[in-house]
Amino acid sequence: MLNYIIRRVLYAIPILIGVNLITFTLFFVVNTPDDMARMHLGVKHVTDEAIVKWKQERGYDKPLLYNPELAGLSKLTDTIFFEKSVAMFVFDFGHADDGRDIAYEIKSRMMPSLAIALPVFLLGLLVYITFALVIVFFRMTYIDFWGVVLCVALMSISSLFYIIGGQFLVSKLWHLVPISGYGSGLDAGKFLILPIIIGVVSSAGANVRWYRTIFLEEMNKEYVRTARAKGLPESIVLFRHVLKNALIPILTGAVVVIPLLFLGSLIVESFFGIPGLGSYTIEAINSQDFAVVRAMVFLGSLLYIIGLIFTDISYTLVDPRIRLQ
Amino acid sequence: MNPLVVFILILTLTGCSDALWNNPYPSEDAGKNILYNAFAERPKHLDPVQSYSSNEILFTAQIYQPPLQYHYLKRPFTLIPQTVDIMPMVHYYDEAGNRLPTESDPAAIAYSIYEISLKRGIYYQPHPAFARDELDAFLYHNLTQKELQDIFKLADFSEQGTRELLAEDYIYQIKRLAHPRLHSPIFGLMAEYIIGLKEYAEVLRKEVEALPREGYLDLRKFPLEGVEVVDTHTYRIKIRGKYPQFIYWLAMPFFAPIPWEADRFYSQAGMAEKNITLDWYPVGTGPYMLTENDPNRVMILERNPHFTGEYYPTEGMPDDVESGLLKDAGRPIPFIDKVVFSRERESIPRWNKFLQGYYDASGISSDSFDQAVQLTGQGEATVTEAMKAQGIRLETAVAPSTYYMGFNMLDPVVGGRTEQEKASARKLRQAISIAVDYEEYVSIFANGRGIPAQGPIPPGITGYREGKEGINPLVYRWQDGKAQRRPIEEAKALLAEAGYPNGIDRKTGTPLVLYFDVTARSVDDKSMLDWMRKQFRKIDIQLVVRSTDYNRFQDKIRKGNAQIFEWGWNADYPDPENFLFLLYGPQRKMGNHSGNNAANYDNPEYNRLFEQMEKMEDSQEREQIIDRMVAILREDAPWLWGFHPMDYALYHAWFQNVKPNKQSYNNMKYLRIDPVLREQKRREWNQPVIWPIGTGVAVLVMSLIPGFIAYRRRERKIELRKLSA
Repeated sequence: MLNYIIRRVLYAIPILIGVNLITFTLFFVVNTPDDMARMHLGVKHVTDEAIVKWKQERGYDKPLLYNPELAGLSKLTDTIFFEKSVAMFVFDFGHADDGRDIAYEIKSRMMPSLAIALPVFLLGLLVYITFALVIVFFRMTYIDFWGVVLCVALMSISSLFYIIGGQFLVSKLWHLVPISGYGSGLDAGKFLILPIIIGVVSSAGANVRWYRTIFLEEMNKEYVRTARAKGLPESIVLFRHVLKNALIPILTGAVVVIPLLFLGSLIVESFFGIPGLGSYTIEAINSQDFAVVRAMVFLGSLLYIIGLIFTDISYTLVDPRIRLQ
Repeated sequence: MNPLVVFILILTLTGCSDALWNNPYPSEDAGKNILYNAFAERPKHLDPVQSYSSNEILFTAQIYQPPLQYHYLKRPFTLIPQTVDIMPMVHYYDEAGNRLPTESDPAAIAYSIYEISLKRGIYYQPHPAFARDELDAFLYHNLTQKELQDIFKLADFSEQGTRELLAEDYIYQIKRLAHPRLHSPIFGLMAEYIIGLKEYAEVLRKEVEALPREGYLDLRKFPLEGVEVVDTHTYRIKIRGKYPQFIYWLAMPFFAPIPWEADRFYSQAGMAEKNITLDWYPVGTGPYMLTENDPNRVMILERNPHFTGEYYPTEGMPDDVESGLLKDAGRPIPFIDKVVFSRERESIPRWNKFLQGYYDASGISSDSFDQAVQLTGQGEATVTEAMKAQGIRLETAVAPSTYYMGFNMLDPVVGGRTEQEKASARKLRQAISIAVDYEEYVSIFANGRGIPAQGPIPPGITGYREGKEGINPLVYRWQDGKAQRRPIEEAKALLAEAGYPNGIDRKTGTPLVLYFDVTARSVDDKSMLDWMRKQFRKIDIQLVVRSTDYNRFQDKIRKGNAQIFEWGWNADYPDPENFLFLLYGPQRKMGNHSGNNAANYDNPEYNRLFEQMEKMEDSQEREQIIDRMVAILREDAPWLWGFHPMDYALYHAWFQNVKPNKQSYNNMKYLRIDPVLREQKRREWNQPVIWPIGTGVAVLVMSLIPGFIAYRRRERKIELRKLSA
């Protein structure tokens, strides 16, 4: 397995370079270094000299990908792409265009994002699987029918509606929790209850239906028939046998997102005033801050790759037949 | 644990205390003299040499003290001393260095000297940069990496110090305008005026190149020709020629003092990585200091314990007595101990928290406009009954800004190339000026929050005229005591005179098509663009909208490729020069990227009058020249004058001394709140409603029971089947 992990880690390098190159190309197709300087310096009283100075200071005065004026390897290394990309592979994200340290920013925003995303993920998994199993247990009954109807209804409503509706009812009308905000330590609890509940409820429809499908498919397998033939109660069949065997598809969807939980959610964080990472990339794109965009895309890709490796490893844990080579 | 149980548990625990459940602030702060405010965009810069946006100056203006400030109550805006004893004295000199009388011909003035004398006894906020040991050496100016290990924010430094404000601190900041690592937005402008600043930047550039990235450049070692320390509390600034508007810059944070100790302290290796920079932690002499800076969540200003000697104004405008704005006259300021700014990206939570009393003031988004504001029979805006019942009041102020629609004067159709074309294009622009109904625009798209403009100068600034004499006669008629837009037939007649009868080009016989360049719009703006097309269609002109991203839009403007475009301007200072220069020929964008004349308008007579006006002090003669300039502009119509936006803001009953304006930002020190009334109202408005929790639990239990019964029944059935088998 160790060889497999090493091989996957090595595969990650060209993937990350590729992602970096695509991000770089897409970003600079839309924005030129001059545009970035103007965005940063503002529109009032900006001189051409100030733009040149800004670019020089941040290394944006060099060619993008290829420097024909230099000789040898410098043709490739003395470019914006090379200089801005290499450091990231040792996790040196550098500074944002406003001078702030990106690593510091990511570190300080990661925890609030995680404070919502992790409980939503864990609680969600528990609730969705439980409900899906209950629906499957009562399959072909009115509970199954109305459960599916409810899921479809939940799926059809925009997540924004849950947020605004939740804030309106729970915070504005009933005054039970603050509408928005964030606190440190235990004080954060009262701010997190509502976004977590909304996070779980808003994704319930799609997830419960997905897990229901998985469980129903599993229910038709021969080992389930054998278990029933042995006279096992339906609850044992479902919760002990079906659940265990359905874990592979569940893990495929679930484990891969675990590392990405750090990146937060844009809408939830915006509406609840959570100082997380959710809006960092969007803010950077709007302010044409390439340093932040490339750092966040790099981090996102890296976490996704880590998530995939974790998924592979988790397969071996739940299914002894799988061996990573 | 079941989330519902956790929820109930937390609510129960919270319920045991006296605190309000939905209070977003620590319960121990209840009833304290704290002002609660919100901000949407995080400030990029808090270093006064770089900060320029209003969301940055909101903070820096409370912390830093430039020599001058605007009188809080007087209108039009009046400059008064802030850290100086008296207003700066200006002396003029000729080329030979001979002093000239004040009324001298501006052409004879080679340079002006502003002499500024500071008050004594002004001290900086407590800050580690000033901390000294028993031997009087600075404690934190030579920190090692080891010493920095446990430092993560400014508050981690155990010792703090202060010192008196000196003239050299102002000089130090002026030198920082030229610092190659700082990118001051006004460096280019100031380099034209402050003698030697441009060359100084070159000197510093060479010095910086030899320094490591975080090395300290001691600006005291490098003299700048245009500034001089006369004594510990007096300094001079030498300006090229005569530039009367310079005095306004002395009221902006760009000219606030920076102590060299702070610059030295923040330049140490390892500080920037922890965001311990002057850009993050300001050091000022103002009434407040930034004690918490987490711009993603909260920024807190607290009273500077060393701030003394300033009092609430004793005079204002006649209405101010009636509105209670002079109740605190002569009392020492600031009144508020702490200001908490919470980040609220979305308007809905911000609005609801204001209604719950958790924010003391609020702007009005278009979503909540109808809920908050109603118009009286006289067309006056006032709060709705629901707001009135909560004791909320509305304050309005016209912003010193203008939103206009510009014509590119280099375009052959709307600008013209030959004299004949130019005359024809002028008629076309005049026709469009009548057709585009900005009264309707303001009513539909700004909820009435704006004043249709009669020229480039907004209200409250010299040159703006009220009533009949202030209307743009080309677009309006004075009828029944108010300005009435001219009928569309007049616009059609002008269009025909321009060579486009019924919107058809007389020469080619083709319909007249014009192009409106806009930045990429959201779906919400579609109705506005449709409305704009409709306005042009009133005179049979087809308007084609060319939407692009902001970068390309700016590029088009710089290259003179746009035909009709929208833009706006916020005043730097309350002088008509700051608006009229937007149409000054040498400021043309085309061929001069730093210019601000996006319309590329160039009228020799206007240019001559501008050059004359900008060097003049305020006087009757200057006003006459301004009137003449505005008349030229109205005739030429290089812009559709658009509108001047009005700011509407709501304030709770406990919020006092509010006189909103968009020119001066250091107003926090004048504000006062009644925390007892606020606490009482919060309790009244935010009592928790418990029954939904009980109902929710009951519904959950009730829905589980049939499920449980069905489960038992099914299990029993299986058992029976097993037995029968």
